[in-house]
Amino acid sequence: MQQAKTACLKASIVAAGSLSSRILVGLDAKATWEELIHGSIFKGPTDGLHGKSVVIATSDQFRAAAALIELDGVARRIVLCPPDLSLEQLLYVAKTAEADVLVTDQAETAAVNHGAGRVIFCGRNVVPVKADRVSDYASAIETEWILLTSGTTGHPKLAVHTLASLAGSAWHTDPASASLVWSTFYDIRRYGGLHIFLHAALTGTSLVVSSALEPTADFLVRAGTHGVTNISGTPSHWRRALMSPLADRIAPEYIRMSGEIVDQAILNQVQAQYPHARVAHTFASTEAGVGFNVNDGLMGFPAETLTGNPLIEMKVKDGTLRIRSTRTAVRYLGEDSPALKDAEGFVDTGDTLELRNGRYYFTGRRDGTINVGGYKVHPEEVEAVINRHPVVAMSLVKAKKNPITGALVVADVVLKNSPMDCSLDPLQRDILQLCRAELAPHMVPTVINIVPMLAVGESGKLVRRA
Amino acid sequence: MDIKTEVIAQFKQVAQEHDKQLAPLTDNLALLDSGLDSLCFAIVVARLENSLGKDPFSDDEDARFPVTFGDFIRFYEHAAS
Repeated sequence: MQQAKTACLKASIVAAGSLSSRILVGLDAKATWEELIHGSIFKGPTDGLHGKSVVIATSDQFRAAAALIELDGVARRIVLCPPDLSLEQLLYVAKTAEADVLVTDQAETAAVNHGAGRVIFCGRNVVPVKADRVSDYASAIETEWILLTSGTTGHPKLAVHTLASLAGSAWHTDPASASLVWSTFYDIRRYGGLHIFLHAALTGTSLVVSSALEPTADFLVRAGTHGVTNISGTPSHWRRALMSPLADRIAPEYIRMSGEIVDQAILNQVQAQYPHARVAHTFASTEAGVGFNVNDGLMGFPAETLTGNPLIEMKVKDGTLRIRSTRTAVRYLGEDSPALKDAEGFVDTGDTLELRNGRYYFTGRRDGTINVGGYKVHPEEVEAVINRHPVVAMSLVKAKKNPITGALVVADVVLKNSPMDCSLDPLQRDILQLCRAELAPHMVPTVINIVPMLAVGESGKLVRRA
Repeated sequence: MDIKTEVIAQFKQVAQEHDKQLAPLTDNLALLDSGLDSLCFAIVVARLENSLGKDPFSDDEDARFPVTFGDFIRFYEHAAS
């Protein structure tokens, strides 16, 4: 097993060098890594953070990045909140993480009775710090990094990482890195984006981060203006980019896809748009960490990939991919949280595989989780809403393959009484209306099928896979 | 069924269902400026598959993605011919 590094993020960025020539670019702010190292995004005093549990709930990625640099090695725990976290979920997260401090730039977030005793506000830009804070980092502690993933109950799950597990092998600065400019369609507050942020920070490149507030075309122009050479995103991100008339504003040398099942069509389409780019896809997840890269331009991956890297042990058991490495999350936070690894230390990714002619292909999720454009949908959450409708006896929510978002949600519904005596159309609309009122848009079924019955297994549970 | 009429109907229907402000659907309109997001496009494509029996996005792995509304109509017309 690889020896875990304990140097803090700030020290590691300094070690990567070229601080004044590398930049971090957000939508409305930018700074050199030098400025990020020696400055602060925080307003007011920042003392007393040593050993604290800090929740970062900022409105944008730039501020979150600056806060991460400032807090790693000082705080005991940092919790990175994704942009779509509701205030109710923030309360749950702060409580579960035993938060002492909330970092935010939003008065609305700060006003919530989140249980953290102290609020630190962020500014828009990084400003130089007068006080000598070297001592804060001289005694750097190993900070827990908490990333959120969606859970079946509606509450997010809090996966515990360390800088070492997140950064993996991204510690070796390549002199050629200085000329690279990374970017990602992902939000850096999620695993896929955070991985790129740390890669850029620790290997000595610049980074252009995206923004949910920015139209795709504008982001492509901004990324192009900064000369982005390497860029990552989900297949859905790339499908949207290819629909933009400004897709040619970037000329990347390297394109990486992850976060959803990569099909051959999107690989071919991206390669056709960017004929000079190397197009790769990666398997990674918040819990399992980075698994492997696929560089042969084909969907799926060669069977020998599973045994090709001594540092990342992989196997297929009961039809799903299992991973054991120093890159996996350590555990979930919280009482009664499920085990993240099995007794041997393997993380069950839950991703189902099929072996055909020496190549593995992803076929979906064992638990029926649906990936709609990178957003996970747990069928049980949608079923719970549908089942609340007074005429519904039971329902089964499943995926329908889609070329734009990878999948869409559809529902099979069994009614309490025979539907023969009433018109189905208004009823289907009524159920949909209930779903729209209660669920995020990507969770709302696109089709409600009224069916006579659903298969129930010996365990008494719905049969989710044929 | 007239493909253009059906495509326009689905764009309008999905925009209405998702409270999106739909731009005037001219041939030169960039799809990303239409007011629909990726989820809306996904639903439009799924519904067109039902009504027209065609999904040109999935049928041809090498097809270029349409960029304008006019491209989108032609994408379906060519697939249907």
